[in-house]
Amino acid sequence: MQTQLETFETNLGSVRTAVTRTSPAAFQDALADVVDEPAIGAPLPFADVSLEGTGVVLEPTPDQLREAACGVTAAALGVADYGTVVLESTPAGAELAGLFPDRHVVVVRERDLVDDMAAAFERLGERFRDGDDDAVLATGPSATADMGELVYGVHGPRETHAIIVEDDAE
Amino acid sequence: MSSERSRKAERIRQIMATEGDSVERNARGFNEGRYESVARLEDYDAYKDRARAIKEDAIERLPELIERVRETVEENGGTVYVADDAADANRYVRELARERDAETVVKSKSMTTEEIDLNEALAAEGCDVWETDLGEFVLQVADEAPSHLVAPAIHQSREEIAALFNEYFDPDTELETAEELTAFAREYLGERIEDADIGVTGANFVTADTGTMALVTSEGNARKTVAVPDTHVAVAGVEKIVPTFEDLQPFVELIARSGTGQDITSYVSLFSPPVSTPPVDFDDDGPIADDPADREFHLVLLDNGRMDMREDDQLRETLYCIRCGACSNSCANFQSVGGHVFGGETYSGGIATGWEAGVHGQESADEFNDLCTGCSRCVNQCPVKIDIPWINTVVRDRRNRGAEDGRLDFLVEGLSPDEEPAGMDLQKRFFGNFSTLAKLGSATAPVSNWVAETLPSRLAMERVLGVDRRRDLPEFERETFVEWFRNRDVPRPVDADYHAVVYPDLYTNYIRTDRGKATVRTLEALGVAVEVPEVASSGRAPLSQGMIATAEDHAREVSADLEPYLEAGYDVVAVEPSDLAMFRGEYERLLDERRYQAITERSYEVFEYVYGLLENGVDPAPLRSADNGNGVGSDLAYHSHCQQRTLELEAYTTDVLERLGYDVRTSDVECCGMAGSFGYKREYYELSVDVGDRLQEQFEAPDAADRTVVASGTSCLEQLDGLLARQPRHPVSLVDPDGSE
Ligand code: SF4
Repeated sequence: MQTQLETFETNLGSVRTAVTRTSPAAFQDALADVVDEPAIGAPLPFADVSLEGTGVVLEPTPDQLREAACGVTAAALGVADYGTVVLESTPAGAELAGLFPDRHVVVVRERDLVDDMAAAFERLGERFRDGDDDAVLATGPSATADMGELVYGVHGPRETHAIIVEDDAE
Repeated sequence: MSSERSRKAERIRQIMATEGDSVERNARGFNEGRYESVARLEDYDAYKDRARAIKEDAIERLPELIERVRETVEENGGTVYVADDAADANRYVRELARERDAETVVKSKSMTTEEIDLNEALAAEGCDVWETDLGEFVLQVADEAPSHLVAPAIHQSREEIAALFNEYFDPDTELETAEELTAFAREYLGERIEDADIGVTGANFVTADTGTMALVTSEGNARKTVAVPDTHVAVAGVEKIVPTFEDLQPFVELIARSGTGQDITSYVSLFSPPVSTPPVDFDDDGPIADDPADREFHLVLLDNGRMDMREDDQLRETLYCIRCGACSNSCANFQSVGGHVFGGETYSGGIATGWEAGVHGQESADEFNDLCTGCSRCVNQCPVKIDIPWINTVVRDRRNRGAEDGRLDFLVEGLSPDEEPAGMDLQKRFFGNFSTLAKLGSATAPVSNWVAETLPSRLAMERVLGVDRRRDLPEFERETFVEWFRNRDVPRPVDADYHAVVYPDLYTNYIRTDRGKATVRTLEALGVAVEVPEVASSGRAPLSQGMIATAEDHAREVSADLEPYLEAGYDVVAVEPSDLAMFRGEYERLLDERRYQAITERSYEVFEYVYGLLENGVDPAPLRSADNGNGVGSDLAYHSHCQQRTLELEAYTTDVLERLGYDVRTSDVECCGMAGSFGYKREYYELSVDVGDRLQEQFEAPDAADRTVVASGTSCLEQLDGLLARQPRHPVSLVDPDGSE
């Protein structure tokens, strides 16, 4: 019997998303390993990990958005059954940073994992009613079969990488 | 009429030649993916029930929900406009474009904007409109209509797209691979998105309680279309509204699985606009985040006939459709021709009949409605459980009724004791009244068979009735199945535990009497007291021609004929699956509840019945087993009938055959392509054979080529007989203790 975290990792793998597991303390090192330069991002809404002090540009201009090779943003939830991450839009432009660059690195906390879509919709329902009302359920890279074969990286990222921040062992 | 049939046949032939291969590869790929993906979803059936219930409730309460959406969207800071029709919707969006001096408009895929021809309206306003979904982009460049609800350019191969792009854009280096084509489109459309003044999307769902749009996509273009320009217009049919945010969940679980066979698409965007992402002005060099988020959002809710559909007891179900495309992908005819033949102005596949009749008017369904043969394979695949064949039947019936008075009516008059209006298509009338013809043909056999097969007869039948002369006609037996039974000198069992009527369907009674006789012997060998009374034909033939009133008459007669037996405790055993499907399915609509229940609860397919007997402890020893198969090898290739599979009855036949020592390999094509009268019709003959080719291919593959071919449906047997060198057999002939076929 797999744990929720293991299920999530397995399913991320099957939707072509690479996985790095890290502790809060080792987060920035883990990040450095998977980020391509130039990288842009949006502030992570988490207390114990941050993009401050990394090479990630947090308030990109349109040019930087266009030129970035990599975008780093947070996920509000992870859905274990599907390998799905829930990306929220923010006034700082998290939606853009996770969409334009070729590579999207998404940071998801272990404590934000849910088992399935039913649980995800329960959480999202609360958030939407509280006014956090933009979210993309993102599963794997952008893809199309419209050109006669399956191709990754259409209007959105070609590669996706999840950094899972483990809960602090207490 | 005759030249009309030739024109239709020619058009089908041409589309099969140019688009058939791509359509078949893609649609069958989606279809296989769907079978696999829904099998992985625990609670698949429960989700379908929930999805159905949500839609029923939403359409029931639609006026109230529209007002609720208006309130919630306006509370969020957007605007709602309810457009009466296409012109009204287009006018509204044009005015928005004019007020904003919009030069560039980018769009994500939306069938609803196709329905109203929004692109043309915006172009007339002087806007440069770009489709950013790659499939739609291909169509825009090729100036073609979508051929599929979900994958609009399903009919184009990579090579064709490459040729199209190289010709149209004349790039520095020729494009060839799918990667190159995608990269080119991404860059080209990326620039259009950067310049865009307005982004237009559809919506897969709109929630009334939170004013949330749900967009199901894979490429990321819809996200960019929403995020980059400061003005977003969503155009959605009013039927897209669901009551609550949580109602989205079953649809998110079902829509991609049902459509393209993915568990979920790359992106499901849920947003209650205006979104909090800052719009991007690519001419600006300051940080994007500094840009004031003064966004505008307009939701155009389109009526365009939908509120009338809601009032229409027969078409209402169409509004539950989430346009996943499963009915197209699982349709044998669609797999051969795609949406350019099996589709109307905008919509395609089986459900297109409902949509086109509802939004563009009855006539726009005329051309393609007959392509639904009623095989019913789509019914179990539809995530909202729409009875798609029934919608097709109803629209066909309305067409028949609307038909002009015809001149040639007297020709079939004597053969047409039906309830249908004068003037309806002669071909339909001919096939719809097959029971009368069969009676006459049998009474005068074998002379009728000789006459029918003469060349002048075949030419006349082809010209007047559109019966293709390349098909063998059924041969009538002089002694009917019912007469054989009556004339037999066999003592009835006394004190039998089981009593059954073997239903003498048209084919079993007049044409393939052997399988009826085999059924009687089989059941009697298992100790069943059998009767074969005169019973009316089921009404399947008229129903498939859209002659509902006539079918209703048949159903009532069947019910009256069977009633004394049902009251005396008899079960009803059907040899022909399409008739059993009538008893279990359509009779619910054709009979009152009591009569329907009386028949449906007690009727069985022959192998379902045998299986039940064996499960109840009856000894199978008297049946013929593979060991004494009388020249039939023990290896079988079995094609179950389409409707039999929809009723989930295939397994009984394979199980019984396996118990008797047979090794059974089954086909997995959706339909044999014959589908009753369909394959006899001149305009559809070639399509029917193309569909049949898939079955032929499976049964001629090395692992099946030496097997005895077995099929349960009359149509399937006729089709296989025409396609294969081997003579196919009904499975009951194998187990018949006295089988000497
Ligand atoms: S009718 Fe059902 S299967 Fe067909 S597109 Fe609509 S929802 Fe999908």
